[in-house]
Amino acid sequence: MSPPSFSCLEERKTCHLSMAHHSLTPRQYLLLGLVAVCAPLGDTCLSRGMTHMSAISLVAPGALIAAVFTPWIASGIALLLAFFASYLTALTWADLTFVLPATAFGNVIVALLSRFWLHESISLERWAGIVLITLGVGFVARGPSLTERTAPRPEAEKVETR
Amino acid sequence: MTVPFPQAQPGAWTAAAMIAAVVLSSTTGEVLTAAAMKSLGDLDDIRAHSGLKGAVRAVLTCPLFFAGVFFLAVAFFALLFALNHLNLSLVAPALASLTLVTNAIAAKIFLKENVDRRRWAAAVFVCVGVYLLAH
Repeated sequence: MSPPSFSCLEERKTCHLSMAHHSLTPRQYLLLGLVAVCAPLGDTCLSRGMTHMSAISLVAPGALIAAVFTPWIASGIALLLAFFASYLTALTWADLTFVLPATAFGNVIVALLSRFWLHESISLERWAGIVLITLGVGFVARGPSLTERTAPRPEAEKVETR
Repeated sequence: MTVPFPQAQPGAWTAAAMIAAVVLSSTTGEVLTAAAMKSLGDLDDIRAHSGLKGAVRAVLTCPLFFAGVFFLAVAFFALLFALNHLNLSLVAPALASLTLVTNAIAAKIFLKENVDRRRWAAAVFVCVGVYLLAH
């Protein structure tokens, strides 16, 4: 027995909420996927390159610059550049706290790839990690991708109607 | 005489200082870059309007972006340095999980992002998950 105006208000409210949800296009999901995959692959290349190198001290930092031109470090940097370009684009239409879990999801993708493609075994501990990351990313992905900036403040409206 | 490999691991405080240096510089870099990109608006729209060159120009003419990239570069070399002295099994989980939480806090304070309960839960879940996965 609610008055029609009330239901109308409710309808407008849900409509506004769904608009504030900022659902992503398939293209944007693809870009987030690129963000997720390129970063861990690039990091793997970097760590492989750096651990096969003799110790570098702070006294001779030139060795760090020379390290950039070895094949593993160079391909790692190329992958990280691809990651950075897609990451920057994603940041223009989504919050930092929305994009960052996507980068963490890359670790899950790499772990699953190494399981089903390279047939590496995954310990119970790592499976738990995969489940936790997937849950966390699921939480964020169900929420809005961008903080609403132009939302009208209810206090201001109250002052106006008084 | 070549340097013996693997070399001796540094002490706990030195390791913590190395990791803290990477965490601080990367969080500063991430927040500055995010602020810069947010100030530009949707890059896909810019590209649709003025092409790829226009989009690249929009990014490269933003001073805040270079401040962010500077700190990310500092973080990158601090990471290379840390990887050279510490085990990856220590650096990777520590960095991945710590930066997630510091970034969530910094995004809330400096970017005024709406970090609701859902995003805090995600930060903690992903933090523990990355730690377990990389350990």
